[in-house]
Amino acid sequence: MSMTALDHHPALSRPHARRGDRILIGLAVGLTLLFIVAPMAFIFARAFSQGWQVYAANILHPVTLHAMWLTTITAIIVVPINVAFGIAAAWAVAKHRFPGRGILVTIIEIPFSISPIIAGVCYLFLYGRQGLLGPWLQANDMQVIFALPGIVLVTMFVTAPFVAREVLPLMQAQGSEQEQAAVTLGASGWQVFRRVTLPNIKWALLYGAVLCTARAVGEFGGVAVVSGNIRGQTNTLPLHVELLFNDLNAVGAFAAASTLTLIAIIALVLKAVLEGRKAG
Amino acid sequence: MDPPFRAKRVLPGFTLSLGTTLLYLTLIVLIPVAALILKGAEIGPERFWRIVSSPRAVAAFRITLTAAAIATVFNAIYGLLMAWVLLRYEFRGKRILDALMDVPFALPTAVAGLSLTALFSANGWFGAVLHPAGIPVVYTIWGIALAMAFTSVPFVVRTVQPVLEDMDPALEQAAVTLGARPWAIFTRVVFPTILPAWLAGCTIAFARSLGEFGAIVFIAGNLPFQTEIAALLAFIRLEEFDYNGAAAIALVLLGFALVLLLVSNLLQYWAARYREDSR
Repeated sequence: MSMTALDHHPALSRPHARRGDRILIGLAVGLTLLFIVAPMAFIFARAFSQGWQVYAANILHPVTLHAMWLTTITAIIVVPINVAFGIAAAWAVAKHRFPGRGILVTIIEIPFSISPIIAGVCYLFLYGRQGLLGPWLQANDMQVIFALPGIVLVTMFVTAPFVAREVLPLMQAQGSEQEQAAVTLGASGWQVFRRVTLPNIKWALLYGAVLCTARAVGEFGGVAVVSGNIRGQTNTLPLHVELLFNDLNAVGAFAAASTLTLIAIIALVLKAVLEGRKAG
Repeated sequence: MDPPFRAKRVLPGFTLSLGTTLLYLTLIVLIPVAALILKGAEIGPERFWRIVSSPRAVAAFRITLTAAAIATVFNAIYGLLMAWVLLRYEFRGKRILDALMDVPFALPTAVAGLSLTALFSANGWFGAVLHPAGIPVVYTIWGIALAMAFTSVPFVVRTVQPVLEDMDPALEQAAVTLGARPWAIFTRVVFPTILPAWLAGCTIAFARSLGEFGAIVFIAGNLPFQTEIAALLAFIRLEEFDYNGAAAIALVLLGFALVLLLVSNLLQYWAARYREDSR
């Protein structure tokens, strides 16, 4: 019934509702400009409000540079681990049948619905001085909380589901006939993954990695709890934004925020490109 | 069928992949969450109740729930509108508009909070208009709701979109030929189909709003009994080295999050069943 005269029915080409349609589109565009675009544009407007030189001085301040470095290191450690986890989780859940699959998928999603603050509190009660492992860590002179390991661990928690969530549905939709054929032709497990599965999921994988990176770079609440926010030592770039804001250095806060916004914009452009590839 | 195909697991790597997944989830998610629950158990029910029913904690929970409800109502409508417009119409700039729906995912929450605060304060673009009109947003519950709405809107859009995309056009065509008006088609045909997914999206958005922190600390003003949210109160208790207080409040928020996750998963399950039935 798809290509019948019905498709050319005047009511279906919707000329009668054109005014209503235009109002809806206008409303959608208008609200998005006010609600989503304005906050982004405002960051750059404020960051450059005192000119390029002040902007450059703010960005190149040693403490800001240190915060950027810390954020970069964190992302470099966290993203590859979560990519590996995402692949493993998707492979186990999508390509095999076993009891408890549904529960496993729900557990993977836990970090999505838990507040990052709660994640931070959880880690504090595990690795902190008053935490479960605190005495042992102290006896062995290891520091997790108020140091890089704590920041990395909380960021891993918060961003754990991102890659799995992108790759899992795709692997599920593609089924495993191709992989089974490869196995019967004598391919080893690693060969099957590299030659058959990976080419099929590579854009979704990259897309998940991009989202994971964006979130890892921007994580605030969880890191705020475990990092101690020591200036020039354990404050990541998002924490540094708050620090500058509390110092009443608004232009500096906006300059630091503008670099994070730029990363977000790059991530979104990459995502749009990858989505095109995924569909094509 | 040949015996090899009957083998329970044809593909290799099951033990390795499941083992890795379980190990990682245990170390990164389950053990830390268990540490919080154990800490909570140490407090004892009586003291736990005293902490969470103290006037300041009750006020914080009330403010958090109210603001999250406001934000979710806004996102329920705005998110549905966006999902609808992005799928049903062709217009210039549509792809950009679609990409913009992911801004709240990609933009760090602290950056969003900083910008919204400045935007709505007296000398910001919006505050300059709203303040003289007697509508202060910053340092009120409306500011909290605004920050919550900004950070959680993609959850509604991205949950409704695929369901709307999958809808069988024959249903609507049938309604049109039967003489239904556009509004009737929407309320009687389209809306019932997307209802489970829409509710699931709103549930996740609500859960995110309850736990949001980064965007809110900037805009809220953080006055106890007025604009102090629960997540911030837990944070303040930590800074005061009141670990029992922090654990109790965090546990309540954790309970909310887990229940809402369960509800949203049940709704999504219902949605999947619903879609299969309507095909």
